[in-house]
Amino acid sequence: MTPLIELRGVKRTYGAFTALDTLSLSVPDRAATIAIAGESGSGKTTLARILLGFIEPTEGQVFYRGKDIATMSAAEKFTFRREVQPIFQDPFDVFNPFYRIDHVLEMPLYRFGLAKTRAEARPLIEDALSRVGLRPQDTLGRFPHELSGGQRQRIMVARAVLLRPRLIVADEPVSMVDASLRATILDEIRDLNRTLGIAFVYITHDLTTAFQICDDIVVLYQGKVAEAGAVECVIGAPRHPYSQLLVSSIPLPDLSRRWGDDEMQAAPEQGDRPSAGCRFAPRCPHAMDQCWRVDPAHTRPDPDRLIACHLDREGAKLPGADIAQVFQSRNNAAQSMKGTAT
Amino acid sequence: MSVSGKSVSGLNVSGTSGPILDVQNLDVVYDTVSGPARAVNNVSFALRPGERLGLIGESGSGKTTMGTALMRLTRAPGRIAGGRVLLDGTDLLTLSPRALRATRLRDIALVPQGAMSALNPVMRLRRQIEDAILAHEPRTTQAQLRDRIAQLLTRVGLNPAVADRYPHELSGGMKQRAVMAIATSLAPKVIVADEPTSALDVVVQRQVMQTLGRLQAGLGAAVVLIGHDMGLIAQFADTVGVMYAGRLVELGPVAAMIGSPRHPYTRLLIDSLPGIDVKRRLAGIPGLPPPLVKLPVGCPFAPRCPLAHDRCRVDLPLSQEVAPGHVVACHLYPDNATLPPLTIKAEVQP
Repeated sequence: MTPLIELRGVKRTYGAFTALDTLSLSVPDRAATIAIAGESGSGKTTLARILLGFIEPTEGQVFYRGKDIATMSAAEKFTFRREVQPIFQDPFDVFNPFYRIDHVLEMPLYRFGLAKTRAEARPLIEDALSRVGLRPQDTLGRFPHELSGGQRQRIMVARAVLLRPRLIVADEPVSMVDASLRATILDEIRDLNRTLGIAFVYITHDLTTAFQICDDIVVLYQGKVAEAGAVECVIGAPRHPYSQLLVSSIPLPDLSRRWGDDEMQAAPEQGDRPSAGCRFAPRCPHAMDQCWRVDPAHTRPDPDRLIACHLDREGAKLPGADIAQVFQSRNNAAQSMKGTAT
Repeated sequence: MSVSGKSVSGLNVSGTSGPILDVQNLDVVYDTVSGPARAVNNVSFALRPGERLGLIGESGSGKTTMGTALMRLTRAPGRIAGGRVLLDGTDLLTLSPRALRATRLRDIALVPQGAMSALNPVMRLRRQIEDAILAHEPRTTQAQLRDRIAQLLTRVGLNPAVADRYPHELSGGMKQRAVMAIATSLAPKVIVADEPTSALDVVVQRQVMQTLGRLQAGLGAAVVLIGHDMGLIAQFADTVGVMYAGRLVELGPVAAMIGSPRHPYTRLLIDSLPGIDVKRRLAGIPGLPPPLVKLPVGCPFAPRCPLAHDRCRVDLPLSQEVAPGHVVACHLYPDNATLPPLTIKAEVQP
């Protein structure tokens, strides 16, 4: 089955700085939900922008439904632009303050030819608004400043959904809203995935929400995949020391799981990466000799997990150290369990 | 409404057993075109030296207004309409401007929300820390300043060489630490930290919070940590206060607040946080907080409360002590010993 979107050996550099280092990733064409996690500077936003076609990779190719987006015809690119939609982080910055909400929602419909007149657009807009829990009478005709942060972010979700996309790339969509509203918005996103079959790539540093709404996760560290696979494996029982650090830093409202008082190595500054060896070695509590010399290759210690760590010696036992294969095997299993999923 | 019967983690620096910060019936009002908005409504609480209080609430619950009012930094159209803020026995709200300036930073310091905008972008860090110290201790010599700045930066986990950098040369976590170094430069007795980690990722957030914890313990200072993430508050605080529509609706020791919250709103706030043990439906709190200019009669949470009954829509519930140091403003008590189970009206799913 042709993946919905596939990155092959994608690398992106900014001058001497490598934001994303030779990454291969495929999003299966069946309403997949994949989280991309990592700290600031891990390359997750660069990855999102490449998936959206906003920037081109320095090396490697991006295929959308089997076609290289760099060599697409104008018509194919037009379809790609409609079918792959973004949701951005900041619900305050994305709006033009001079336009009413109607404009934000109508323009893409006209631009992509899904509606020609206001009368045609209106029912589509009302449907999209109701899917994200907004009432047209509360939102249409208003200016952005008249809406709350949560409402604005839902408008952006509605805008993306309006175009009947196959894939939504959401870059930290809820990091600017309150914890309680976060849950509501993510639940709506998960619903859109289930009811409309829209695939999601959810870019975040929040592993709890990634665990709740995604099936798979890719943990990036300084532009390279540290660990990837099913959320139950990677978050439930992380094996890479970096994933372990991320999971142990989650502030849970649970006094039996209070943070330890252990002093942690702060993240090195950008450009301050070791030239050889594992890029996590300077912060890793388990760093061994070879970690400073050899960059660990990706191995697959169990069917649902991919990892780049010298500690994981059993890794070599399973073939196919490739995210596509890990996700594919999971999706096949999920598929046979669900029977006929949409 | 004071907090008692709980352990104090820091040192009692003032040598008295009384509260270091005693907020009594504080009212803050924003005068808007639609009428006065009661952003902080009759709030009282007390902090002992070394105590860590976490104040939690949604956007618009009045928690940031509360934090600025504690520093008497409320600006028009906001005004402090009533109450007292006793810092070691002295009411900040009646101090002369001169005395107030001397008190800020020296006795009570703010770690503001968004360290990015708290630093002056065209001044090296050193100048900004010097300014803070010299404003209070003008006779400090250059050599003393240099030593002190190095010490302050080391204490927050920064290399002293960072002093000669500009804010844009620092990462988000480093900026937040730099702001903490300034806030603690005069060893205040109370630190008010307003969402100090809101723009940081989890690992850096944990580091910054641990730094704040160490600073606080070292100084024996009390901390008011303002936030909206119950997980973060639970990791840091000894005492948790929940604000809703300008009111402090529940306050108690962290273990009781997490383990057996009494206010339905507190329970819903905790439940809206997803865990990493089992996948479940994410449930936010249905509805929105009431507009502060048009508060409902009775309990402000009643319109969203799954347990609201007739009385809640008529009478404003007053704070009552349900356990030592645990107060709640809810009509369910004293009739109930604990919070009855909440049944949220399930939305119909296709």
